[in-house]
Amino acid sequence: MLRKLSVIAAVAGLLTAGVAGPALAGHGPLEAKDVHWSFEGPFGRFDQAQLQRGYKVYREVCSACHSMSLVSFRNLGDKGGPFYDEKYPNSNDNPYVKAIAKDYEVADIDNETGDAIKRPATPADRFPAPFANEAAARASNGGALPPDMSLLAKAREAGPAHIYSIVTGYVAPPAGLKVDPTSHYNPYMAGDLTSYWSGSHEHVPPGGFIAMAPPLKAGQVTFDDGTPSTLDQQAKDVSAFLMWAAEPKLEERKQTGFAVLLYLLLFAGLLYASYRKVWKNESH
Amino acid sequence: MSGHSTYEPKTGFERWLDARLPIVRLGYDSFVDYPTPRNLNYWWTFGGILSLCLASQLITGIILVMHYTPSADHAFASVEHIMRDVNYGWLIRYMHANGASMFFIAVYIHMLRGLYYGSYKAPREVLWLLGCVIYLLMMATAFMGYVLPWGQMSFHGAVVITNLFGALPVVGESITTWLWGGFAVDNPTLNRFFSLHYLLPFMIAGVVILHIWALHVVGQNNPTGVEPKSKADTVPFTPYATVKDGFAMSVFLILFAFFVFFMPNALGHADNYIPANPLVTPSHIVPEWYFLPFYAILRAVPDKLMGVLAMFGAIACLFALPWLDRSKVRSMRYRPTARIHFFIFVVACCILGVCGAKLPDDQIIPGLTTFKVMESDLNSFVWLSRVAAAYYFAFFVIVMPFLPLSEKTLPVPDSIASPALSHPAAAPVEATAAPEMKG
Repeated sequence: MLRKLSVIAAVAGLLTAGVAGPALAGHGPLEAKDVHWSFEGPFGRFDQAQLQRGYKVYREVCSACHSMSLVSFRNLGDKGGPFYDEKYPNSNDNPYVKAIAKDYEVADIDNETGDAIKRPATPADRFPAPFANEAAARASNGGALPPDMSLLAKAREAGPAHIYSIVTGYVAPPAGLKVDPTSHYNPYMAGDLTSYWSGSHEHVPPGGFIAMAPPLKAGQVTFDDGTPSTLDQQAKDVSAFLMWAAEPKLEERKQTGFAVLLYLLLFAGLLYASYRKVWKNESH
Repeated sequence: MSGHSTYEPKTGFERWLDARLPIVRLGYDSFVDYPTPRNLNYWWTFGGILSLCLASQLITGIILVMHYTPSADHAFASVEHIMRDVNYGWLIRYMHANGASMFFIAVYIHMLRGLYYGSYKAPREVLWLLGCVIYLLMMATAFMGYVLPWGQMSFHGAVVITNLFGALPVVGESITTWLWGGFAVDNPTLNRFFSLHYLLPFMIAGVVILHIWALHVVGQNNPTGVEPKSKADTVPFTPYATVKDGFAMSVFLILFAFFVFFMPNALGHADNYIPANPLVTPSHIVPEWYFLPFYAILRAVPDKLMGVLAMFGAIACLFALPWLDRSKVRSMRYRPTARIHFFIFVVACCILGVCGAKLPDDQIIPGLTTFKVMESDLNSFVWLSRVAAAYYFAFFVIVMPFLPLSEKTLPVPDSIASPALSHPAAAPVEATAAPEMKG
């Protein structure tokens, strides 16, 4: 039996060695940078100050082109959100959220005349999109469509680390790479650059082209809490904020999970004890 | 199992009901007094675990439908509405999505258990066939359920799978058009998938009832593969099996909860958080993990039609298994050679699963180029999947029927109780020593 098991183990080992082997350079993006997030792990939580800074980066930079259509203003004041205040369990009453909403204009219809109008947003409204429609968004962005940001942090394999890596990952294109004037080289972007590469096939640079110019630079956003506004800080904060936007119930989920697991462990222990007792005098 | 009922109505109401609809008697005979072999191990707890999975999927699914909008324009947003605005919607949806994976983990273990201990052999053929029908229905249900969020992987997965039927000669194109309800995967497709996704689980529940009925007619198999001969071989279902099943279920729930609460998206695809867009095809369309072995078999065959037939053939083998296996000995515990083949079979299935997730031309050993056979390098996942698929089929059509002709089997015990009672731990005092370690 032992011999058989070792054969099986050897086969399995060979298999995993083959599967886990590192991919060769080129033909694909670099692996996302390793970032430490406060919301990692079973006890991870959002860092509210970080979410507030991240919101400011979104508001002042990203939202010029990127919509966030699944998020309502009231969500900002929900538990676990950037502007949650325990004095206002109903986030629609949160004065900070109300003030943020009022700065936006949303489309509506005048109830009296039926005319299309604009009015200041309320916490119940969703974040309005920066462009009227997809064609308008493409027309303003050199033909590329800035993706909606509501779920972006979950819609990429590496999650928020992907956003962070893209934003901080712009480098000058290597010599020999033909870059379109409306495009930018980014080693973390998905793509295959083989057909734009004049060098040898073995050394195609990693990554792909992205229409977005480097969006952030040091000092671009002034953080209200005095945090130095480095590119790295801005990128981290906005990625954390987008993770919150994609998974606003993350804290609630992990907290509930802890209680559920504790209960199940006790329950399983109790059942195991019952099992031992019931089977005590039965051979099997 | 057959035998007369020992149920005695205790109250007046029970007597009154028992004379009119003996439903309490049915429950008593099936889940309390029902004799189970005393030597069932933990692999036998997956039937109960599967009932739990089915119940969980039905309940969470019915609640999800209360908030979901089956429309190509609104499906994606309505799923996000569930995640963000419905009270505990995130919990219900993550339970349902991960529940599907848990269901398949459990069903695969359940099937492999049946395979190992020969639970498909006479007189349990119909029991096995009903199980295969349940598995088939589960696959259809899971596939259609994955389409409902109408994300990128939903949409393009639906395109790939429905297109498979297009490979059938003459009728293929008409069948795909009929499945789609049009000339492409679109709103009509989503609506019929939704309708069927709601219907099939109840069909599964129906077949499960037949499956349990058949089980109670022929009785449970057990690790020795020897039918119970006397009362000494069995214990009553309650409390013996109930408490053991209950413990196993609670352990299974811990695994389930771990996924739901701490890594709810680990088994899904990031692309499915992008709304479906027919004009943008994801770079790498992969089915859910539980379909990967069949996907690998499909792609292992260079010809599309033959690939489709091979894939369905892989499932057909399961149906034919009771008549393919010619061994007189039921349990592989006493079939050392068959047991080795069983373990290779499990490894082959896992290899197929890995291959299904890779691009066919990806190299297994990076950087090594060998020579091309049938247009693919030998050092590629497509060749690995060919080898594994060949073993998969060989297991059913060569090993099962022909191994018994020359197989040396070990002596089979006369009865269940004899090896159990002669076991050193069965002496009265040490009877409690590590019962979970024994078969």
